[in-house]
Amino acid sequence: MDFSQHLLSILIWLPIIGGAALIAIGDDSDSSSSRAGLMRIVALATSVVTLLFSIGLYVGFDNAATGMQFTEKMPWVDSLNVFYSLGVDGISAPLILLTTFITPLVVISSWDTIKNRSAQYFAAFLILEGLMVGVFSALDALLFYVFWESMLIPMFLIIGIWGGARRVYATLKFFLYTFLGSVLMLVAFIYLYGQTGSFDLFGFMGVPLTLGAQKYIFIAFLLAFAVKVPMWPVHTWLPDAHVEAPTGGSVILAAIMLKMGGYGFVRLSLPIVPDGSEYFSGMMIALSLIAVVYIGFVALMQKDMKKLIAYSSIAHMGFVTLGLFMLWSFDGGMGAGLGITGGLIQMISHGLISGAMFLCVGVLYDRMHSREISDYGGVANTMPVYAAFMVLFAMANAGLPGTSGFVGEFMVIIASFKANFWYAFLAAGTLILGAAYTLWMVKRVIYGEVANDNVAALKDLNSREFIVLAILAVSVLLVGLWPAPLVDMMNVTVEQLIEQVGRSKLWQAAL
Amino acid sequence: MNLMDYIVAAPEITLLGLICFVLIADLFIDDENRVRTFWISILALGTMLLVLNATAPDARIVIFSGSYVSDPLSQILKTAAVIFVAIAFLYSRDYLRANEIHKGEFYLLGLIGLLGMMIMMSANSMLTMYLGLETLALSMYALVAIDRNNVTSTESAMKYFILGAIASGCLLYGISWIYGVTGSLQFHEISVAITADPSLNSLPLWFGLAFLIVGIGFKFGAVPFHMWLPDVYQGARTPVTLYVATAPKLAALALFLRVLVDGLGGLHDTWAAMIMVIAVLSLLVGNFVAIVQTNIKRMLGYSTIAHVGFILLALFVGTEQGNAVALFYTLTYVVAAAGAFGMIILLSRRGYDAENLSDFKGLNARSPWFALMMMFLMFSMAGVPPFVGFFAKLNVISAVVDSGFMGLAVLMVLASVVGAYYYLRVIWYMYFEDAEDKAVLQASTDTRVVLSLNSVAVLALGIVPGWLLALCIQILG
Repeated sequence: MDFSQHLLSILIWLPIIGGAALIAIGDDSDSSSSRAGLMRIVALATSVVTLLFSIGLYVGFDNAATGMQFTEKMPWVDSLNVFYSLGVDGISAPLILLTTFITPLVVISSWDTIKNRSAQYFAAFLILEGLMVGVFSALDALLFYVFWESMLIPMFLIIGIWGGARRVYATLKFFLYTFLGSVLMLVAFIYLYGQTGSFDLFGFMGVPLTLGAQKYIFIAFLLAFAVKVPMWPVHTWLPDAHVEAPTGGSVILAAIMLKMGGYGFVRLSLPIVPDGSEYFSGMMIALSLIAVVYIGFVALMQKDMKKLIAYSSIAHMGFVTLGLFMLWSFDGGMGAGLGITGGLIQMISHGLISGAMFLCVGVLYDRMHSREISDYGGVANTMPVYAAFMVLFAMANAGLPGTSGFVGEFMVIIASFKANFWYAFLAAGTLILGAAYTLWMVKRVIYGEVANDNVAALKDLNSREFIVLAILAVSVLLVGLWPAPLVDMMNVTVEQLIEQVGRSKLWQAAL
Repeated sequence: MNLMDYIVAAPEITLLGLICFVLIADLFIDDENRVRTFWISILALGTMLLVLNATAPDARIVIFSGSYVSDPLSQILKTAAVIFVAIAFLYSRDYLRANEIHKGEFYLLGLIGLLGMMIMMSANSMLTMYLGLETLALSMYALVAIDRNNVTSTESAMKYFILGAIASGCLLYGISWIYGVTGSLQFHEISVAITADPSLNSLPLWFGLAFLIVGIGFKFGAVPFHMWLPDVYQGARTPVTLYVATAPKLAALALFLRVLVDGLGGLHDTWAAMIMVIAVLSLLVGNFVAIVQTNIKRMLGYSTIAHVGFILLALFVGTEQGNAVALFYTLTYVVAAAGAFGMIILLSRRGYDAENLSDFKGLNARSPWFALMMMFLMFSMAGVPPFVGFFAKLNVISAVVDSGFMGLAVLMVLASVVGAYYYLRVIWYMYFEDAEDKAVLQASTDTRVVLSLNSVAVLALGIVPGWLLALCIQILG
């Protein structure tokens, strides 16, 4: 059997099958029993094998090829003309790699910190992994929607079962917000299905649409993706969900699920409704800048570490949407490509950095069961190794050159200078704000005198935590110092995308 | 009339014979061995499946002077009804035994109700339809009251009977007007008469139509004729609720398709507006009122009303696609409903009904497997993929969009977001709360297996919905 023909299917279904196996193995109240051990090994093995398979995706990916690669297509629901159609390009492949890379780290980081129903916990993460890969690789709108929505189920359970004190409120808010956002996207899909006769995404991209229809479709997509990104003013679910979610849940949420929104804009909004996107691009830029500036100030005021990082995620994702929707602000030239590539790299980089930041908070939370900044102080004295990692990730979060955080933001800011001075002024000003809230938090938590006896009693990282953070630290530096492989992967696809978006659909629709 | 007619109508005739057999056999079975009546009934239903399979019609066959029809639609509905009655019997057996209401009449009335449903599904004239309807309705009134010492059961039976009698009266009155205007009781002849003479399409016919819709709306439990439904769902003993909530929905669909589509399809423009109003009201009232319920049977009752809204919206469109997806929706909804009420029965035990939402608290700790199954059912009803409820809703919305009712489609998806809340609450109680009731689940192996299959079916059908959808389209296309 030729694996490369079905590589994407393997990446989707292997973790889901592994998750089902974990549910079958079940929980044991004794966390050191052989059944619990078997369960952990199955969880780790599944996620690591999936990661190994995904290396095949990286190796086999042709940077120069236009169009989709690793495609699979077979009929799914004949009477609706729905296909099980998969494929990746330079936009989705890096995101799939990010997903398969982060999941094993989450499994390792929660190795023995989850005491209650750990089999279900790992099963939820593995199933979630498969579904997320499905979202990034689906080329059929209905298949995309099925993965997109079913992803909510494991996340709903992860926050609800293993979350903090207000978990029920947070998880219901998360589910209903995202569900509400998505259902209108479904209506848009059905409308487009009526126009083209299938749910094929390329069919959607080719169909001529009037500006009026495009505006409605754009708004329907916007609700779905803006909630996911999340953009101001529909971001309020995120701080709640992050604060209440267990560490692993926060990591997946910040590192991957938020990227779905950005991915949706690139994969659906821009190519399917180019004129609608252009029409609303001013509004999108304004919303992005509000996210970047206003949410940055909000982050400054947070007393809870997770909440602070959650707000910083919203601000950083603002860069992504800013980069994507500046497309029409240039008088030709290379600014457009720079903005989109910058936005995409920012997604990957933010995935790594925010994941790492949440893991760092998780390390402290596991020891002291508090996320309040004021409960800490002088952690560097008792946890020097940890402090080194935390400072590195904080610097990356603030966009220090040499870390991955710098590359994406820098590209977006360069692009915005070409577009409009004021965009650049506001975006660049935020770099200072980002440095302020992140480093101020680090100062209060890590440095200074040992604040209290609890901090004095802290133990430094164990080897498991060290490995996870070290892997992330290496990848943050790698992307920061040598982003070329990532950029090369994206280049051709981004050029194609810009060409696609540049082709107005209006004249066809007018015929 | 000839012998062939009797062969075509063999399912109903066989069932009648089997009912008489069960009735007599049950007389010789004492209370301790009542379970034998159950097995005889299951055997009878198995026989019915064989008979149905043997008499499967390739095309539309009309017999008994045009009052009975056998076609692929009646075939699939009857098969499904037999299966769901059997499932209802199976889930109910242990509950009835534990609560000392294990009487032969439960199975007997269930079978008579099935006979009524089958007559409705094969009705080709107003009178056949009415006879089937009354056979079904009378056995359901008696079933609701089967625990005659239980005050709420008898109260809800009384309510059901009185409201049901009024609805039947309305239906009959409507039938008489239609007969008066068109001069026929047969659906086909009515349809021909309306096409032949457009002047018939006027106030007297509309007057009759309105009464028919009242009767049909009552059978579906659509707003504003839904008052009986939550009370009966809550008041009846859970096995009876299970029975009422599943197979009769298929009969109601048959009632709609036969009367309003086959018979009065020419008046689509007239009845569509009325159906739309009651469908939208059902959707809104069902979903919003379900939110505040604390009794899960009542909540599922209101959720049924919301689902009926979806089914009626599919029928409202009036296209072949709309009718086909209404069939798909009804079939798959009944699968989920059977599972959900089966789950309530599973959590109940001697002298204790798990009918409050809070009884589901901490189910994940008591039985992770059945918590998972209930989660499948709830997500399916909420219309979240990959469960089959999603495809059912998708198809209906798609049919509505195809007919150009964009605003209606938006309303439908927003209503399902509202609906998602109360289904999520069940999952929240099962997974995020600690158990109040820590008793071990008592259920026999066969019930557990069938209930698990029933629940896994909503996932399996969601992953491979194509064949069933194709079948529905083939039948009604």
